[in-house]
Amino acid sequence: MTNKVKKVNFWGLVPIIIFLGIWEISVRLHITPGHFFLPPFSSILQESYDLIVSGVLVVHYLKSFLRVIIGFLTGSIAGLIVGIFMGWKETVNRAFHPIFSLLYPIPALGWLPILMIWFGIGELLPIAIIFICSFFPVLYNTITGIKSVNQDYIKAAQTLGASKKTILASILLPLALPNIFTGLRLEAGMAWRVVIAAEMVAIPTGIGALLMKAQSLIRIDIIIVCLMVLSLMCYSFEKFFLFLERKLTSHWR
Amino acid sequence: MPVIELRNISNYILNSLNLKIMDKELLVLLGPTGSGKTTILNTIAGLAPYTGNVLFDNRPVDTIATVHRGLGYLFQSLALFPHLNVIANIAYSLKINHLLPDQIMTRAQELLSLMRIEHLEHRYPKDLSGGEKQRVALARALASSPHTLLLDEPMASLDARFSKYFRMEFRRLQKKLGFTTVYVTHDLTEAEEMGDRIAVLNHGKIQQVGSYDDIFFHPANKHVSEFIGEPNIFHCTYAKYLGDGLVEVGVGSMPIVIPHESGNVKKIAIHPGHINIYREKPPEPSINLRTGVIVDIEHTPFAEMLTITSNGVPIRVELHRELYEDMQLSVGTEVFLVFKLKWIRVFDNTNFQLDEESL
Repeated sequence: MTNKVKKVNFWGLVPIIIFLGIWEISVRLHITPGHFFLPPFSSILQESYDLIVSGVLVVHYLKSFLRVIIGFLTGSIAGLIVGIFMGWKETVNRAFHPIFSLLYPIPALGWLPILMIWFGIGELLPIAIIFICSFFPVLYNTITGIKSVNQDYIKAAQTLGASKKTILASILLPLALPNIFTGLRLEAGMAWRVVIAAEMVAIPTGIGALLMKAQSLIRIDIIIVCLMVLSLMCYSFEKFFLFLERKLTSHWR
Repeated sequence: MPVIELRNISNYILNSLNLKIMDKELLVLLGPTGSGKTTILNTIAGLAPYTGNVLFDNRPVDTIATVHRGLGYLFQSLALFPHLNVIANIAYSLKINHLLPDQIMTRAQELLSLMRIEHLEHRYPKDLSGGEKQRVALARALASSPHTLLLDEPMASLDARFSKYFRMEFRRLQKKLGFTTVYVTHDLTEAEEMGDRIAVLNHGKIQQVGSYDDIFFHPANKHVSEFIGEPNIFHCTYAKYLGDGLVEVGVGSMPIVIPHESGNVKKIAIHPGHINIYREKPPEPSINLRTGVIVDIEHTPFAEMLTITSNGVPIRVELHRELYEDMQLSVGTEVFLVFKLKWIRVFDNTNFQLDEESL
């Protein structure tokens, strides 16, 4: 199994290496319009190094990172708690389902104008947007996870003497974990996409803001560095939750 | 004294149902799909709504929730918790009842050993075979020493060989531990093997309660006789005591050996489901092995009903559909028949009186 995974990873790297090679060679052979239009990959690496050493990238990255962590954690925890109650208690579900169904289709960035008025241009704004972006998917996946637990498990637990709270803690939540993790995994990447978009539009700091500054200075190398950071963060966040999910559930699934 | 009594129970399936389950007995609920067997178990467990009264030891428990009814329930799906390993599944009821860790471990180990599944302790349900799951589910249901165990078609997921083994094992346990059992099945053989008494259900009503022989020879009504199926009744031309509790009787020109203590046998009966048939001669030596030819095949809702003539005697044989298809039988096929000794019943004026009109 381990060998298989390693093999798959190796073959997955081949197209990336070929792509980077073609990129480097085509720019150096002047097949593309020029360094100004697309710098070679080696220049991008050099620029990444310079941005890290000068601290510019680190400062902007940390700003975005903190916003994602705070927004994502608060949004997910809130989604999880409300989701548990809605999945567990049918009356709570009936009461809140209509309002959440109306709010869920609004894209997270759609809230930006109204949140700018309410919170102004500050740290609360991206955090609030990420909160919204994380809340709904975790909420719905938690509800689905709890509701899709086989009724026989609940009946079996009842006949074994388990109270409703015990059933929730010992049966419903553990069995809903795979669904909850699906929500967390999908939204971990989405939180990064949303924070970059919010920073590009309304916030003067963070990777998104750096991206916009680079665009105004026509620094394609910095733009590509920022996009690479975004791509790496989305990927690693999703992988982190996949790892957690496997760690917690793969032994019984 | 009945340990459980259902008085005038009605709900979406059951219809003014009355039933008494006696202390330490194994009562089989037998009936076709949709007759209300599982609903009776759910009513006893408090998992189904009902009007009427359920009494445990003469005390009504209608307002007592499932969690406090103190029953063991083996679901048809077994419902082993997939996220808990075998020992955690078995110890579940002990843990939630706040027993000390030492007590939990001792009791869980006791059950593992009782069910002979010590080697499965740390496995998860996904890694268990059907039979292993069955034993774990039974151990879990018995963990808190319930006064009554409810079993809903527990053999449904097992192959025939293991199912027979499990039935024997369960009977051994039930006698040893002395718990009352309500056992749901639609299989007559299973009912006969397991039940102290059998309750036949149809359309949400108890049609008859009694021993296998009561039901076999005296079906209370058409519902029962149709479900049980009419037995083959053979008039004996002669009866000869062979010694050792065996008698040879003549059925037409066909000799059949039966277990009986005297040569006074006028008629014998055997249920169509209790005659084994084979395409090839069975390798093991067998008393009452005869050959015959299929002369008719009737498709019934429950199984295939074959009429086979052997030595000029027509014999009806019931066959499970899957087996029938596997054997590729048709009219004219020559087959081997085995009448198993234990299933042959004797009429001799002192034992059973067959009410032939009711059949």
